[in-house]
Amino acid sequence: MSLAARHLEALGIPTLCLGSALDILEAGAPPRAVFVDYPLGHSTGKPFDRADQARVLRAALSAFETIKSPGTIVHLSSDWPDDGWREAAGSTRGDDTRMPRDTTPQYQTDEDRRLAEASLMRS
Amino acid sequence: MAPVRYIDAITQRYASLGYAPYRWYVADDKPSFAPLKKPLSQSRLGVLTTSGCYVAGQVAYHYKDDASIRLIPMDTPVDRLRFAHITENYLVDARRDPECLVPLTALRAVRDEGVVGALGDAAISCMGGIYSQRRVREELIPQVEGTFKQQQVDIALLVPM
Repeated sequence: MSLAARHLEALGIPTLCLGSALDILEAGAPPRAVFVDYPLGHSTGKPFDRADQARVLRAALSAFETIKSPGTIVHLSSDWPDDGWREAAGSTRGDDTRMPRDTTPQYQTDEDRRLAEASLMRS
Repeated sequence: MAPVRYIDAITQRYASLGYAPYRWYVADDKPSFAPLKKPLSQSRLGVLTTSGCYVAGQVAYHYKDDASIRLIPMDTPVDRLRFAHITENYLVDARRDPECLVPLTALRAVRDEGVVGALGDAAISCMGGIYSQRRVREELIPQVEGTFKQQQVDIALLVPM
């Protein structure tokens, strides 16, 4: 993500990265970033909370105009209801949670697979 | 509480399992900085999500360095959004409410209210778990660049998972 941001910015397109892994944002040093301290998978807000999703997006967009120095990371106020997720997320032990790496499309549902395969047949 | 340090935690976790380390991109210089050419309220906003989002009916991503993109039209009904990402464990909530990663309702609202001047007609989506930085540079980024240029976006919001 940071690679893409830096590339686009060099072409003259202002970018802003909105993410919830602060150390990964710091390492990638994108031109502008907004950090929301939620568990990974919630970069644009809490699930089923349209007000929070709107808040996060609007705050992120405003950073386009407020960040004046390259590499700035704005920290959004974040109030995830509990901190239980942090221990598991930051654990140095545990299983590899990645899925196997192969080239088969990984549909969320069987219905998606049927729809996509039917669409491919028509094209 | 202090933010989670994912790189340290995951590096140590993989090492304890005997796995090769994942190589995050680490910048070695300061980024470019392009000033906005016009106010946010007059700018066309492009969106890139690396969450592995696709629309029901599109081909899903695979998990071995899939560097392809999907276009998610901004008017897509939210209940048509799906996800496929190599770290599926982070998708539990997004598969129930896609807008915690792809906030189409909020994006349409900032357009309709004039917070931004316009939106690109579709968000660009990809599966961010690509291990090859070469493929990111040579395959993924040119597609993103080409699509944003075609959409004539003035600014781009990039949302990693």
